[in-house]
Parts: sequence; C-alpha cells; structure tokens
Amino acid sequence: MSNQDIEKQEFNITVYTENQIGLLSRIAIIFSRRKINIESLNTSPSEIDKIHRFNIVITESEEVVRKLVRQIEKQVEVLKAYYHTNEDVIWQELALYKVSTDVIAEKVSVERLLRENGARAVVIRKDYTVFETTGHREETDNLINILQPYGLIEFVRSARVAIIKDSDGFNRKLREFERLEPGEDVIENEYLNQGEKVFTM
Amino acid sequence: MEVAQETLTTPAPKTAVEVSGSVALLEALIVEGVDTIFGYPGGAIMPIYDALFDYNDKLNHILVRHEQGGIHAGQGYARTSGKVGVVFATSGPGATNLVTGLADAQIDSTPVVCITGQVFAHLLGTDAFQETDVINITTPVTKWNYQVTDANEIPEVIAKAFYIAKSGRPGPVLIDITKNAQIQKFNFEGYTPCNHIRSYRPKPIVRPQYVEEAAALINQAKKPFIIWGQGVILGSAEQEFKAFVEKSGIPAAWTVLGAGAIPTDHPQNVGMLGMHGNYGPNVLTNECDVLIAIGMRFDDRVTGRLDKYAKQAKVVHLDIDPAEIDKNVKSTVPVWGDCKETLPMLTKLVEEKQHTDWLNTFNEYTRKEVEAVIHDELNPTTPEMTMGEVIKQLNEITKGEAIIVTDVGQHQMVACRYAKFNNTRSNVTSGGLGTMGFALPAAIGAKFGAKDRTVVAIIGDGGFQMTLQELGTIMQSGIDVKIIILNNRFLGMVRQWQELFNERRYSFVDIQSPDFVTLASAYNIPGKRIDDRTDLPNAINELLSTKGSYLLEVMVTKENNVFPMVPQGCSVAEIRLK
Repeated sequence: MSNQDIEKQEFNITVYTENQIGLLSRIAIIFSRRKINIESLNTSPSEIDKIHRFNIVITESEEVVRKLVRQIEKQVEVLKAYYHTNEDVIWQELALYKVSTDVIAEKVSVERLLRENGARAVVIRKDYTVFETTGHREETDNLINILQPYGLIEFVRSARVAIIKDSDGFNRKLREFERLEPGEDVIENEYLNQGEKVFTM
Repeated sequence: MEVAQETLTTPAPKTAVEVSGSVALLEALIVEGVDTIFGYPGGAIMPIYDALFDYNDKLNHILVRHEQGGIHAGQGYARTSGKVGVVFATSGPGATNLVTGLADAQIDSTPVVCITGQVFAHLLGTDAFQETDVINITTPVTKWNYQVTDANEIPEVIAKAFYIAKSGRPGPVLIDITKNAQIQKFNFEGYTPCNHIRSYRPKPIVRPQYVEEAAALINQAKKPFIIWGQGVILGSAEQEFKAFVEKSGIPAAWTVLGAGAIPTDHPQNVGMLGMHGNYGPNVLTNECDVLIAIGMRFDDRVTGRLDKYAKQAKVVHLDIDPAEIDKNVKSTVPVWGDCKETLPMLTKLVEEKQHTDWLNTFNEYTRKEVEAVIHDELNPTTPEMTMGEVIKQLNEITKGEAIIVTDVGQHQMVACRYAKFNNTRSNVTSGGLGTMGFALPAAIGAKFGAKDRTVVAIIGDGGFQMTLQELGTIMQSGIDVKIIILNNRFLGMVRQWQELFNERRYSFVDIQSPDFVTLASAYNIPGKRIDDRTDLPNAINELLSTKGSYLLEVMVTKENNVFPMVPQGCSVAEIRLK
C-alpha cells in the first residue's frame, strides 16, 4: 500500500449552491475529470429558501480534497464548499428492505429483529413487508446480513446526509459574506430569503 | 424588426417596449460596448441574424469561414483590446466547432461570450436536426454557460454572461438560445449590466497580514526572484507591477502569456521561463531564496518536474483565483487578491533595494546562452535561414511596437523567445491549450481589438493549414494582417522531440504544403516566398509597408531545434543548452 493510500480517508464535502439546472453536472465533472469516484451524493434544499445543499462523500487524501473544494467553490453558482472528516460530522443513511411477509412472519421473531436493529416496518402487506432503518453503513449492512437468509427481495440505501458538528448554519455565514463582500447594489442583501423575487434567472 | 431603432438602445427605455428576444440580445450587446461580432449564421440562429441586418450601423459583424475561426478571432480581439470577445454560431455543428476555442479561452483566461442558436425548446432532447446538447458539451470548457428557452430571460442572462466573462479571473461563457426564445416577443424594460451575483465572488478579500508577511520575506531575502504571468495583464496592473519591480530591484522573468507586461529590454527583465525559456531564469529558479509568483499558475511547462522545483525557496504567490494557490506549488505566503490591489500594498512595504550581484548572476547565464544558442540562431552562417533571424529582422523594423500573434510549435517558442515587446497586450498566442490553427483567425481578431497597431501573425506550415480558410475572411472584410509563414516542411516541434527522444523516428511529421503564395493570391492577398537571407530585410519591409494584408513565406532550415530545452520529466535546473 502506498503512502498516498494510507493517507486516504472518507471526507464529507458540503456544498451550498443556487438551485440551478446543470450545476450537478458541473460539480460531478470536477471529480470525474480527476478520476475520483463519488461514493455518495445527496442534494436537497437547505435551511435557506432557494439554496441547495450537496453532501458528497469521497475517499481521498486531505490535500486532494482541499484542492477539489477550491475548484468546486470556483463555480459561479456555488456559494460555499466545506470538507470534513467523519469525526467532524453527524451523518446518517436511510435503508429500506423488502422481504416476503409469509417468510418473515413464519421464521423470524419480527419484534426482536426490529428492536435489535433499530428498524421499523414501513409497509406490511400480504405479499411483502418493507422495513426501514437509518444509521451508519455498518448498521444498515447488518440488517441485510440478517434478512438475506430469509429471502431479501429488494434493498435500497440512500446517499449520506451529514450535519457539520461545528457549524452555526449557513444562513448566518451567508449574511456575513454579504456584509464583507457586498455587491455594488447592496440593496440585494435585504432580500436574501426572497429567492426568485430578487435573484431571478 | 418590430420597433424603430431610435426607440431602443441606450439609454434604456423608461417604459417597456415589445421586442423579440433577438432584438433584446442585440440591444444588450450594444449597452455592453460590443462593437465587433465574429460569427457564422445557420438555421437555429437565423432570427438573431435577421435582427442583426438592421443593426449594421451599430454592430460590425465579421463573417468567418469556420466557427473555430470565429472564436479564435474573438480571443484575439479580447487579448489585444482587454474587452470581451463576442461570437455567434448556430446550433449543432456550429456550436461544437466552438469547443476548441472555448477550451483555449478557458485555460488562457480569455473573456469571450459565445451566443449559440439552439433548436426550438419543444424539440430539445428529440435529436432534432442540428441539435446537440451544447450545454453539457461545453460545461468543462466554460467559466459559465446557460440555456435560454424564454425571451424574458435574455436581458438578465446576457448581463450575467458579460459580468462573469470579464470579472475576476476572466473566461469564456456560452449562452445557448432556443429559436423560439429568439423569435418570442416580450416586454423589454431596458438593459442593465450586472455587477453582483450572490453566489459569485470574483475577487477574494485581500488579507493585509499576508501582504505584510510577504513583504517581510522579500525584505529579508538575499536572492529574491519574481516570476510573472498573464494575471498582471488581465488585471491591468502593468504600472503597479513595474513600480514593484523597480522599487524592489528584484530580477523578474515571465511566462509566455506574461510577455510584454514590462518591456523586453527593461533592465530587470531577465527573460522567459519554462520548457523553451531562457537558461538563467530556469536554472536560478532552483537557487533563489524567495520566489515571488505574480498572476501565474505554475503550469507544468513552466515548472518542469514539480518535486524538484524551487525546493530551496520560500514562495510568495499572488493570485486572484484561490484555487491556484497551492494547486501545484505550495506557497509559504499566499496573497489572495487582484494584483492591481495587492501589488501597490506590497510595493509600499518593500524596501527600496538593488540586487546588483544577484541580477548579474542572471546576466552571466545570459552570456552563456548567447554563446551557446542565441548568437548562432540570430546570426547563422549556414546557407538556410533560421526562424530566429526572421524574428530578429522583424524586431529591427517594427522596433518592438507590433502585436505578434503566433500559432503553436517551434516558431511559437522562437517568436516568444526573440520577439521584442515594448507594450503590453502585444503577445497573442495559445499558451495553455497549444492550439494549432490559432494564429490566423486570432490575428484577425487582434487587428479589430487594436486597429491602430501593426498585427503580425507568425505561423508554421503545419498550423497554417489547419485554419487557412480564414484567408477568405481577410479578403472579404479587408483586414490588415501581416502573415509570416515560417516553413520548415516539417511538423517541427514533434520532429524535434522525435529526434531527441525517439531516435529520429520521424513518424508522420513530414508535411507537404500547397503553394501558399498562390493560395493567398487566390484570395486577393499579395505575397512572396523567399529562401535567401539577402532577401529577408526587403521582404519584411514590403510585408509591413504594403497596404492591407500580405503573406510572406520564409523557407527556413528543415531540422533546426529550439534550445534551450527542459526535457519533460526533468527539473528546470536541468535545462539543456543543446
């Protein structure tokens, strides 16, 4: 194993962006151009109206991640990008498991299974049951291993979502940016949360 | 044309006027100060061209012969004028023909706005005639791009396009406009240029403590060394840069795109960096104690092997683009910011000094290089002419006042090494992408960007054949571009590498050419071919004194090499003189 491999670890990249068609592709290209595999990518609205938040997980050295984040931040519609180790964030993944109701009812102590794995039944139908669990990868993997012998029909896991432990939220940060680097037409600052009424495109 | 022109254009109308998207676009261009557009019409951009028919007196459209020629012309215009180059192309093949130029403009930070036509919005994604997904194709090679499907978006999108293209680290922007949006009427409330985008910060905030730290390092240095790039020119900071260089007394060397920011003959200008740069600045990069990099990005052609690059030096890096700091070379003190802002701050804090002994070290190396390479290149005794002596002759006649546009290859490196530049914005070349075929169309644009200056395009026989159709543009538009073809009957730079590194296995570099002079004549462009050096002074005089364009083909030595050279994979200190 080379030194570079040893340095590699999981990093959570958090990107605040305008909600813009094509931006996902622009960000994805930054990784693919450098032959870096995105292990998990989630995009969703953030706490600020019209601002989206990307959570991207990659395994790389910190030096590479730092450079990537600067390249991401260069994109016109990106407001801010951060990177954190797993220790710096609270993160979760959601998993759904579909199993045959007959099999599970007959062969498994469902109540125990749910309790031990922090899972819950989302849908119970005659033909199948869907369980849900959230947690870290090893936790959601664990339930796969348990259900596999009972004919797990289908499994899906979401991308990772992560909250940065040491963060006051982006709203304040954004206002601070605007204060430090106002546009010439500073009146925009008053309407930060009015989205398209001010920032139409 | 829906409304009388008098009711539109600047100043913006107080009440809304119903116009088409195409008219709104042209109005926007006028407010942005656009005077010249390079383009080629086609089905999907016809409404814009139809509107353009009525704007002939305000917008000069140059019909190029290929969209690649259009964008290179736009680049040449931008590079010499400091303004934004504007290019029109149609959808599909028209748009894809822009890709090379976009990539070139992206890597060389050239402000260009390309407007492409697109099929009707309802046909998007149906593989309609001449439809391509131009937004996704051009995403990696644009600073920003956007597809307009509704005419109402046009004023705001064009305003953003110009602001993004020219602000911060400049770059190319592509706006794709569907045909329905070009035709659609809407209430146009006038055009206001953009000066702020919430998510976009063109310039980082300058941190004064870093400027102070940088000044302290510089003041303590025994062997400080400045290396500058195009950022000085892009930031219009030539005067601020000169003031810094002269007060600090530090020797300064340039990257290819930085040429001309201070005159070639400035006593502290110690030459060109990089693979075919000068001997002294390359070797001494690995001996300086503080390396001050200004508006340059440590390209691999400049640094050679990174793990052996300036390891002994503390590095001060001034750049407007935070992503360039520490990208290739780790800086000791990063100075984020526009160098027009940071350089005066730094100049104020640096002590007035003269590094005479250190500067003389460069001169010693120059003497060595003159003896080993330059003297024979510029004053050959062999029967055949060298590229260097042609450039020398050109210097003598133009006195360093011409704009030199070069293509890519050996002649490019020779021209950059030996051409004299008294003025900024005088060296137009494809630095980062190395695009053969760049020079002829870029020279056309350069002339429109600097109408009062002499524009000389120096092109190899290979590169000329890539975009020679633009002779048609020169003919039709009566453009005054002086063309020198340095013909060595080879793809010279590849041949040089094959000679040095592939045991002279000259694989497909022996290129034949048409009769360039006859070809030019077919386009009503006068010309001459010479192969005797006694004809050179008169030929260059004739080239420069002829009214309008002129093509001079100079037959030069077949197997001449450009030295010095830092072989790929070597340290800059391992630069070879032969």
